[in-house]
Amino acid sequence: MLEFEDIQHILLTRAPALTGRYEFLSFKDPAGARTWLAEILPKVQSAKAMRESVNKEKRWITIAFTWNGLRALGVDEAALATFPQEFRDGMVARARMLGDTGANAPVHWVDKTASPDLHAIAILFARDASERERCAVDHAKLIAECKGVEVLSSLDLEATPPFDYAHDHFGYRDRLSQPIIEGSGDEPTPGSGAALKAGEFILGYPDESGVVPLLPKPDVLSRNGSFMAYRRLEEHVGKFRDFLRTEGKTPQEQELIAAKLMGRWRSGAPLVLSPDKDDPALGADPQRNNNFNYKEQDPQGYAVPLGSHMRRMNPRDTAASMNRHRMIRRGATYGGHLPEGMPDDGTERGIAAFVICASLIRQYEFAQNVWVNDRNFHKLGNERDPIIGAQDGTLEYKIPKRPIRRKIVGLPAFTTVRGGAYFFLPGLKALRWLAAAGKRAESQLGTTL
Amino acid sequence: MSNASDENDWTKPAAMAIPKGGFFPDRVEEGRYGPMFPKTPACYGFSVVAKVKPGREQVVRDYGKSIEEAVKADPSVLAPLQLHYLRWVLFDVGSGMHFMYQGIFDTDFDKYLEDALEIFLKTGINTVFTNLEGFPEDWKTNLPAVIKFFREHQCPSFLEYGEYPYVSADEVKKALRVKAALSEMLDQMQ
Repeated sequence: MLEFEDIQHILLTRAPALTGRYEFLSFKDPAGARTWLAEILPKVQSAKAMRESVNKEKRWITIAFTWNGLRALGVDEAALATFPQEFRDGMVARARMLGDTGANAPVHWVDKTASPDLHAIAILFARDASERERCAVDHAKLIAECKGVEVLSSLDLEATPPFDYAHDHFGYRDRLSQPIIEGSGDEPTPGSGAALKAGEFILGYPDESGVVPLLPKPDVLSRNGSFMAYRRLEEHVGKFRDFLRTEGKTPQEQELIAAKLMGRWRSGAPLVLSPDKDDPALGADPQRNNNFNYKEQDPQGYAVPLGSHMRRMNPRDTAASMNRHRMIRRGATYGGHLPEGMPDDGTERGIAAFVICASLIRQYEFAQNVWVNDRNFHKLGNERDPIIGAQDGTLEYKIPKRPIRRKIVGLPAFTTVRGGAYFFLPGLKALRWLAAAGKRAESQLGTTL
Repeated sequence: MSNASDENDWTKPAAMAIPKGGFFPDRVEEGRYGPMFPKTPACYGFSVVAKVKPGREQVVRDYGKSIEEAVKADPSVLAPLQLHYLRWVLFDVGSGMHFMYQGIFDTDFDKYLEDALEIFLKTGINTVFTNLEGFPEDWKTNLPAVIKFFREHQCPSFLEYGEYPYVSADEVKKALRVKAALSEMLDQMQ
């Protein structure tokens, strides 16, 4: 039985938000940090509270910490040492393996998330911009009252028009293939596979191997928690549109190229089910838009190229142990919309997203290192993910086609990593435990004396 | 991120001497669990060597039969590993009974460690390791410790050779299929 009242809402629910804001925090004083946490804690909704209040609520808050942040809050070294190595290392130390090199390297990140002083993130999802502004002002007041709490950077989120469905700046419909957690009350859509064991995403429950994996200590800190990989990914919209125009003579051909990179038409319609022309009704229909496989329906990649983004991020029935590599994705777009036909204005715009999983190394890092950046994924030889892979202009992209495949050489980078970090997302009880760490230390000191 | 530009001419046998430690310092590729062993003319592979717990030799030996049975029951059970060969050896050269587990793969084993261990678990291969000294007692719940054991007991090669270098098991099977089809076609034309 999932403890909905203890699990932070972001793990199990999606806020109906059009805007939001991430604030990246640093703690210079443990007591000040705990004061901040104690004050903001009542505003952090559990999955249960979120579900009960979603229609009247206008904002949703999530709190998570880096490993350094847990130390800054006063978690002792013995407990800190029980966290997984990759979380202790942090995303910056894992950059080479993740493919964050060249223009993607942490040295170029713009939001100070590469700093060891990054300790926490406060995630705000808001129904509209005025609610976001109200919350931002409130939070600034709170921070001013908490000794040693500093904002390293912040990022405002904006949905991109049209607002009737979620999509990125390139125009691809988003949120189409999310894993469902057993016992969450949600049902997988056709083709999405069975619901997955909670332990794949939430600490303290059996995972797909049938056991509860070893947890960080103490249990009160780890239970109902999870890990989050944050990625701020700039999307080079002008470059992407130029590429489509170069590679496709007609608007129809350009749409097909865009679809071949993703594996879906920008409407969301999967190429497996609609290989030759777009079908927006299919793309918008959750009962149909995920209902396909690869092994029988597209083994050679004639519809969905073997190296396409969708096929790499979820190889479905063509990967071993698929259920051990699933991830929950949350997040939003940021930066202003670039209208079609307008030249790139140089503004940074992109996706700022979280990958949530129980094991960063087995789930997120595997996906990033192998599925996204292995040049020889599916024996492709010289490719990486065409949308989010580490592209340096030397790689290719193959589009299977009868009688002869099409090969695009020198694929440009359509995205650049602008920030990133690993966070631990505690349950509500754990947040209370962290907020009370100072009192515990004082009372222990009192006992000793 | 493997370097696939080394897909050399399969008609030219090739040998590769590998520096001490198993990596080429100037082109070592970083993996999730540390540096990854390179692809050689004999494809990917590992040689894991560990001491057998006293009195467990026969138990380990019996696993040979159980793997044989598992593959007979489901010939595709090890397919995701993209194996060419497995070789299990028990030996004692004066320092006690040791077990050597050698595998030749097309998969970059370092990249798919968890998947491989999952398959080992399904086929019971994992439990053979419980008879080896140093294998973590909490192996069922502590995957990182199992991976650490594997990496610490891996004895990297210092020479690998391929008579038909870098050719995958899939390509070998494809060639044999073409040969069989051709033979059949020629038979039909008699």
